[in-house]
Amino acid sequence: MAKETERRLFIRSGLGLAALLALTGVAWLPTPAASARRLRPPGALEEQDYLSACIKCGQCVQVCPVSALQLADLGDGYGIGAPYIDARTQACDFSCDAVQCILACPTGALTYHKPTDLETRVGMPVAHAPVLLAKKQDPEPTLNLKERMGVARLTRPDLCLARQGKGHKGPAREAGFTGKMRFMSVDRWKPIPLNDHAFETEICDLCVRTCPIEGAIRLVPLAAGGMTPEVLEPCLGCGVCEMACPTEPAAITILPREGWKDA
Amino acid sequence: MHNRFSESWRQLLGLVPQRPTPEQQQPEAKTLHRMKREDPDRVETLKTHRANIVRSTKWRNRRWAVLIVTNLLFVLSFWLDIQLLEGSLTASRFLGFHMIDLNAALQVALAHKHIPINLIIGTVTIFLLWAALGGRAFCSWVCPYHLLAEWTEHLHLYLVSKKKIRDHAFHRGMRSVLWLLFAILAFVSGYTVFETLSPTGILSRALIYGPGLGLAWIVLLLLFEILYSRRAWCRYFCPIGLTYGAVGSISPLQIGYSLDTCFHEGDCRKVCLVPHVLDCVIKGRASNTHVNIGADCTRCGLCVDTCPTGSLRFEMRGLQKML
Repeated sequence: MAKETERRLFIRSGLGLAALLALTGVAWLPTPAASARRLRPPGALEEQDYLSACIKCGQCVQVCPVSALQLADLGDGYGIGAPYIDARTQACDFSCDAVQCILACPTGALTYHKPTDLETRVGMPVAHAPVLLAKKQDPEPTLNLKERMGVARLTRPDLCLARQGKGHKGPAREAGFTGKMRFMSVDRWKPIPLNDHAFETEICDLCVRTCPIEGAIRLVPLAAGGMTPEVLEPCLGCGVCEMACPTEPAAITILPREGWKDA
Repeated sequence: MHNRFSESWRQLLGLVPQRPTPEQQQPEAKTLHRMKREDPDRVETLKTHRANIVRSTKWRNRRWAVLIVTNLLFVLSFWLDIQLLEGSLTASRFLGFHMIDLNAALQVALAHKHIPINLIIGTVTIFLLWAALGGRAFCSWVCPYHLLAEWTEHLHLYLVSKKKIRDHAFHRGMRSVLWLLFAILAFVSGYTVFETLSPTGILSRALIYGPGLGLAWIVLLLLFEILYSRRAWCRYFCPIGLTYGAVGSISPLQIGYSLDTCFHEGDCRKVCLVPHVLDCVIKGRASNTHVNIGADCTRCGLCVDTCPTGSLRFEMRGLQKML
């Protein structure tokens, strides 16, 4: 190696430092733009707190029985390595009962016990402890969740089969769909592919049938004829209705991080 | 006397190794230095000695095996659902016990400003583990980026030997500056900025959960190291190295150097990732007949394998005295 002067070493090091920081900046630039609101796992802190607390280890990913959790990549905006849920592909159906991801989180980014000084927005807390339909017969039928992940909304009412007075026959989703769900009638602890289950309804009510939470959604008649799903306050925003909706794209979707608003 | 602890920290933070003054050298060491200087047969002995060197790869093989098995344990725990070592290198559970990477824990604590009990348990566990096993041993015995960089380093050395490129050194103090900058960034922005860049985290997750765009950053880093600066990330940049180096400063597991058997051939410094820690092996530098190699040493054992006279060895301080 050629003999180098101290000065050159310092200049190069300064440049190297500046280059790394510039690169950090460049890597950050597309981040805010790419940060669409994402559906986070149950028990997630508010987005800013969640991103600062997540240590990106993926232990939550490993314990999810339906593999609902995915880790964000570099191009996905804030939080490379932080978990999110794409409900249409695989929703959280609470088929683990105890919400395993929360128990797995080592840093409290997903938590049952949110520190009191952390932000809680209006509409995020649920009025009552949510009753898990699958646990209805248990001595303790509720989930220990105090806040919702978002809320479901009929964002494409024109597509909704029930509103058109139509029913649905056969599997919920298109051929090749791999999403899983627990059916208590099949096995309490073993989720099966959603498409292994055949539905048959006069008026499509798949969103109501598949919803894992008691009293979160119902069908109500429309004045002009037909029925429409109505989302109610207990909705946690888990995304099962979005996953099960047989129209393409889904008529009902989750608004991630959205609170409950009284109509 | 030459204080090895403070000297070890000075080197860790990026300062140039201090040459001990004659007053700081032990009389026994001085005698040995003088004997070597005045030995009339030294040149001849060295010549025959160098003609008969057999190199070992014992420690390198062991280390690669441990590194690959550790990372494989993470991967298989998830893929085969054997739940032995769940999570990734930033945080995991070994048979249910929390383990949390010290640098990742620091970033989260600074950004989040809340420290849950599991974070404390996991951090203390890992601190004790690496305090026992030699701090930066994490780098060379566990970090997957270290192994990739070690392999591509051969390409760099080949290109240098063919005079296609030359190595460009950086100031080692950069790492300390970056450590501080990323700590401040995490605290001020409330976002774990370094985790976005950390090749250790990116690679570990890519191995376990599948590849992603983040690997482009890894490729870029490796290319930079091959074409411009030898082992640049591990040598001059990575704040994780500094964190574990600090832990290693109090570790009993160290490389020990014996002055009397050393021929001062300098082979060890050529293979070393952090050659400044081997400053004491240069002729006339050792302050004592036995010297502990400093905190910045990754305990990779390449010098132990390379040393033709067995003057560098793995040692467990305290244990050695007991035995």
